[in-house]
Amino acid sequence: MAFSPQTHAAAAEIIARYPAGRSRSALLPLLHLVQAEQGCVTTEGVTFCAETLGLTAAEVGAVATFYTMYKRRPVGDYLVSVCTNLSCALLGGDDVYARVAELLGIGHDETTPDGRITLEHAECLAACDYAPVMTVNYEFYDQVDPDGAERIVEGLQAGERPAPSRGGPLCSFAEISRQLAGLPDPRPEGVAGPGVGEPSVAGLLLAEADGWTADDRPAPLVPAAAEQAASAERKGS
Amino acid sequence: MPITPVLTRRWNVPESWTIDTYRRLDGYLALRTALAGEPDDLIKLIKDSGLRGRGGAGFPTGMKWGFIPQGDGRPHYLVINADEGEPGTCKDAPLMKADPHSLVEGIIIASYAVRANRAFVYLRGELVHAARRLHAAVAEAYDAGYLGRDILGSGFDLDLVVHSGAGAYICGEETALLDSLEGRRGQPRLRPPFPATHGLYASPTVVNNVETIASVPYIVNYGVDWFRSMGRERSPGPKIYSLSGHVTRPGQYEAPMGTTLRELLELAGGVRGGRALKAWTPGGSSTPMLTADHLDAPLDFEGMQEAGSLLGTAALMIMDETTDMLRVVRRLTQFYAHESCGKCTPCREGTSWMVQILSRIERGGGDEADVDTLVDACDNIFGRAFCALADGATSPIVSGIKYFRDEFIPVSAVTTRPDTTPDGDPDPAATPGAYAGAH
Repeated sequence: MAFSPQTHAAAAEIIARYPAGRSRSALLPLLHLVQAEQGCVTTEGVTFCAETLGLTAAEVGAVATFYTMYKRRPVGDYLVSVCTNLSCALLGGDDVYARVAELLGIGHDETTPDGRITLEHAECLAACDYAPVMTVNYEFYDQVDPDGAERIVEGLQAGERPAPSRGGPLCSFAEISRQLAGLPDPRPEGVAGPGVGEPSVAGLLLAEADGWTADDRPAPLVPAAAEQAASAERKGS
Repeated sequence: MPITPVLTRRWNVPESWTIDTYRRLDGYLALRTALAGEPDDLIKLIKDSGLRGRGGAGFPTGMKWGFIPQGDGRPHYLVINADEGEPGTCKDAPLMKADPHSLVEGIIIASYAVRANRAFVYLRGELVHAARRLHAAVAEAYDAGYLGRDILGSGFDLDLVVHSGAGAYICGEETALLDSLEGRRGQPRLRPPFPATHGLYASPTVVNNVETIASVPYIVNYGVDWFRSMGRERSPGPKIYSLSGHVTRPGQYEAPMGTTLRELLELAGGVRGGRALKAWTPGGSSTPMLTADHLDAPLDFEGMQEAGSLLGTAALMIMDETTDMLRVVRRLTQFYAHESCGKCTPCREGTSWMVQILSRIERGGGDEADVDTLVDACDNIFGRAFCALADGATSPIVSGIKYFRDEFIPVSAVTTRPDTTPDGDPDPAATPGAYAGAH
């Protein structure tokens, strides 16, 4: 299976972002790109990256096998990742993982026999204040317990796309892999979806309850000229 | 003034991530001020402010900028370390999602200061929503003339690329990050030479954390005295403290540097269920754990060193009195074993063997010498690798044994463990739930 003309065009677009003569910097994005088309990094995907960037297959393979997000076996439509690192584990992340594994009948880095759902336990996902968390195609479901996680996964099995707590609406693993390659999310709601929830603003809410607002600020030391230039530009825009 | 929302101030505003909201709330004013002045004045301003790196090491930011050789004819680069992954750390992700333009504005100002015409945000791959918001913010900034050629008529050019990683904790280490950004395995480099002279593409490079660079526009706007009105002499300014684990209201609390855990816990509703505090990390899993004896230690770079730990990323993971410390340490050690890049033998081999020892103790199959072996192994790992991952890997073990040694001494060495089956496996009916605790 040769890669599509669209993938070749996307590769050229990605390479153009990096300085001239530094095309190797595009290797990580290109590995996400070939994974988007084939569901994992195949030998063919490695060859594509190597030929596109003028590297050897060995050089590309060494990189592809280093990073957790590049998969060597095909990922399903949905990659379910359950954090079991400390902050999540303290609040039951291991129980969440065990329930999902039992429900799907698979273990870490395995895919259901119908090829639709892949499971992994993840290291810290930088959402410790929302623990325990799980992600589906890297969109967050916050403060999940085993029952809640089961409902989410059952939804996926039923062909639904349960709404994440934060982030954009769910898309397929192929679509999220294209975004990881640096290609734009075509859905406006992908950007607009909720970015932060209550834990992110826990301190801010306390400050606001004390009468602080986002308009309060220390006396600006901005020179008057800069203020004027800015207000003129705002009128113009 | 227990809470000082500066970097977090816009996070609860509707559509906070758009350029319109950002400009309405002081956004891109600092950029005009900065471009109207000399780059060296900016470096001096940041030096005078005392801003120190918020990514863990606390290196003075202005000094780092000052190390970039000027007039050397080589391209300079600014690289933002947005590879947030230190267990417990969750401050940069919400910042990039809620207020991406504050980072973009900081990047433009910092690039102007160090004469870089190209900047990169190396973003942790898993943070896909932050990536969308950053890509959108960068596109808006180009449209507004804040990026690209001749920015606001200043003659200064800057291109900014958002680059997603692919899942590797080690890429939060700055030289591993640079190798990764060059399209290689993320493995740390030997230093010297330092990135300031031989960084990205062997050119002078500044690598700064997200929170550090997002602080810059505020310092330009409000000045050194304002910045130094918060925090302590050697660690000034506000800091985003991230509370997680067994705490009533986990979340982000931005407060002056030097705030104590006692004060933060009061704001966050205390330990869950009114339980007693047993252990906590001041700055992620790589910083030695502390106990209830350290509730009043100032959470800044000096205060944490005096307490025998490190400020790290100010990621406070709270563990209550029911927590099984052996399980905690074993789990964190598994993390380091998984994330060790494999370059240095002490780290690669040591972390894996220590997981085996800890697991054996946990199963009840350890012997008296195991605790000493762990301490000895940590002695042979700390300071014997290229980067700080190895040092960090020893922190949970050494501090765990220091404060909770009794929990590491194998019960089997003293008596027959009553809740253990003959083959040494814990009897599930007799052991408490995962990590015990408040779940």
